[in-house]
Amino acid sequence: MNITVTGSTKEYPQGLTVAQLIQLEKVATPEYVTVSINDEFILSATFAEKTLNEGDHVEFMYFMGGGR
Amino acid sequence: MTIKISLADYERIIAHATAVLPNEACGLMAGTVSDEVKTVKKVYLLTNIDHSPEHFSIDPREQLAAVKDMRAQGLAPLGNFHSHPSTPARPSQEDIRLAYDPFASYLILSLAGKQPVFKSFRVEKGVVAVEELEINSNE
Repeated sequence: MNITVTGSTKEYPQGLTVAQLIQLEKVATPEYVTVSINDEFILSATFAEKTLNEGDHVEFMYFMGGGR
Repeated sequence: MTIKISLADYERIIAHATAVLPNEACGLMAGTVSDEVKTVKKVYLLTNIDHSPEHFSIDPREQLAAVKDMRAQGLAPLGNFHSHPSTPARPSQEDIRLAYDPFASYLILSLAGKQPVFKSFRVEKGVVAVEELEINSNE
């Protein structure tokens, strides 16, 4: 199936989960990554179960914050 | 590494930070990277969802929209900025702890004094390095 990840469309195995995609894409500091699928943010607790579908658009983002 | 920003964008950041006082302001910067120079081409003035004078968190939905816009315009993400309404322009312990990207520039605007102070930093594995910042009237 084809999935667009951070703007690039590639073929991935059927039934791929978000957690597996994070591993496949060698996402840096995965413990801090936030994932959106088709503009909807996904709870990190569901990464292992959430499966991706043909045509999905996935974005990886990192929390940006701080304090005085 | 040097980061260059136009005077116009710098003034937009000051105006944004002043408008949200007493809270911290934040945003993203996109542009080009060549050799040892980052050039800011676009500044995204975003919402601090903490609405706090002591903390900031960039609105993730606005962050996502900004990242998509950067990609559409062929710009590279360069880093982020935030303001310190009443403290100096240096990364706090919290800023350092939450700086995950060693390639990003972390710019801090201090409004604590009579004149704004704007500085840029890199943070890698908790170690802070000052980055040269150029504010140009012709960028």
